[in-house]
Amino acid sequence: MKHGYQETRRIHTIIYHVFTVIFALVMLYPLIWMVLGSFKNSNEILRNAAKLFPDPWITTNYSTGWAGFAGYGFGTFFKNSFIIAGVSTIGAVISSAIVGYGFARCHFPLKGFWFGCMLLAMMLPFQMIMIPQYILFNKMGWVGSFLPIILPQWFGQGFFIFLNVQFIKGIPADLDDAATIDGCSIYGIFPRIILPLIKPSLVTSAIFSFMWRWDDFLAPLIYLNDPSTYPVSYALKMFSDPTAGSDWGAMFAMATLSLIPIFIIFLAFQRYLVEGIASTGIKG
Amino acid sequence: MANKVPKTVILRKQQKTFAQRLNSQGVAGYVFTALFIVGFLAFMIIPMAMSFGFAFTKYNILSPPQFNGLDNFKQMFTNDPVFWQSFKATMYYVVFSVPMRLIMALLIALLLVKKSKASGLYRALFYLPSIVGSSVAIAILWKRMFASDGVVNSLLQAVGIDCNIAWLGRTDTAIWTLIILAVWQFGSSMLIFLSGLKQIPVALYEVADVEGAGPFTRFFKITLPMLTPTVFFNLINQLINGFMAFTQSYIITQGKPRNSTLFYTVYMYQNSFTYNKMGYGCAMAWFMILIVGTLTLILFKTQNKWVYYES
Repeated sequence: MKHGYQETRRIHTIIYHVFTVIFALVMLYPLIWMVLGSFKNSNEILRNAAKLFPDPWITTNYSTGWAGFAGYGFGTFFKNSFIIAGVSTIGAVISSAIVGYGFARCHFPLKGFWFGCMLLAMMLPFQMIMIPQYILFNKMGWVGSFLPIILPQWFGQGFFIFLNVQFIKGIPADLDDAATIDGCSIYGIFPRIILPLIKPSLVTSAIFSFMWRWDDFLAPLIYLNDPSTYPVSYALKMFSDPTAGSDWGAMFAMATLSLIPIFIIFLAFQRYLVEGIASTGIKG
Repeated sequence: MANKVPKTVILRKQQKTFAQRLNSQGVAGYVFTALFIVGFLAFMIIPMAMSFGFAFTKYNILSPPQFNGLDNFKQMFTNDPVFWQSFKATMYYVVFSVPMRLIMALLIALLLVKKSKASGLYRALFYLPSIVGSSVAIAILWKRMFASDGVVNSLLQAVGIDCNIAWLGRTDTAIWTLIILAVWQFGSSMLIFLSGLKQIPVALYEVADVEGAGPFTRFFKITLPMLTPTVFFNLINQLINGFMAFTQSYIITQGKPRNSTLFYTVYMYQNSFTYNKMGYGCAMAWFMILIVGTLTLILFKTQNKWVYYES
């Protein structure tokens, strides 16, 4: 009897794993197809779409794609993306930590009101304020530069502030009290006591910020108008426009390259991503 | 008690030094949150107020805005068929993609909540599409996949279905390529469901076992009710995301064919930045804020009818 029960259980487990793996493969098929497609002849991508593996394997797509368009190579576009995503992320992480500390540890007049504003800022999508923001930055003469994309990131980002507030609230206030007794001011407690303890929420903010800025297409589309300033996302779109020819092999090669930083973050920081989403419900 | 009274009097009489004031929580709170407050006013409130003003003007950014009353809204509602087409396309997309994504997320979460050595790996694999899905790279990939000579048709032919559909060229299928892309990115909702599922007390299921409840009873009487706060949270998030979708429509279908996939945000973008009708664009933005705001409010107001919060 017991043997039979174990047998059925084993069969159940096997069915479970087979089903899950098959489903995962179906899900990932488009990605695998793209990555392998970047090693195929463009003709092969079009004629033999059902075939998964390249025959023959070629790497020329990467060199032709890397040459870019309009006289600018993907080296320039990657550099731009790293500047935009990097500087934005530094600003977003630092400012959100400072603001988060204020909300988590200080009692100040109208705190509830400002916290409500923070939640509102968190919910309000960029699409809804992009037109007046553009008009504003256009008046300042900043359109065409990275400033309109990077600058707003330096004033605290709702999701990251929220993340930090949650995290700091979990740190026992006794630590603060002890520091105060030792003569530490509120401004000293933040860098000396709190900052070293909130590393996880800083890392989570940094990861999400970098990924979002890296993937962002709408803001560069609005604010940038010269190919020398394009980040990878925008350059890919221009690269794929019919006028630039339909070299699908090269397009897949550059598309694959554009996802590599995201893949690396995903592999290295998966735990932070998963916990960040699970604990705050940040959209991935 | 009596001893304490003079003490406070003395304290009050003392003039606080600048450093003491600065170190009080009331002041420090503002020092720390100043960045947010300034940014909120400069990049949100002022633009919102400007946008509200511009919504009642004709404004092409080159010459000063001209007040034209409710003309933009009249034009929108009565004289712009493309506006309604874009509204319809977005609604269709939201109505199908949001529930389908959530159901998919919940089903896979239920599958992965079962503990095994591989559950970490599975979780990562299913989450991956949602991390890359909104990128331009995937949009380009999707365009190629659903072309009439793309991998979707080829694979369907390979399994014996004689399929030669121009997915992106037909009004009834083009929007579905975008919906499928949205559903494909169920990963982050799945993670939220997973953490929700893990918080359901095991004791509830033990009681159900004792009472001899089947898997369906367990799901509908325990799992689903206990999960409603998570569903609620996901629903609001995904609704807003759905209405704001832009890149997919802009790159994969460009609104084609016959505006059947022209998303609201894309049409708003075209009006403001291609046709230079900034006033009209602002009016459109405010109409969308009203729609999404009302929907969110309705959800919040009705949540006590269907969302179960443990007290």
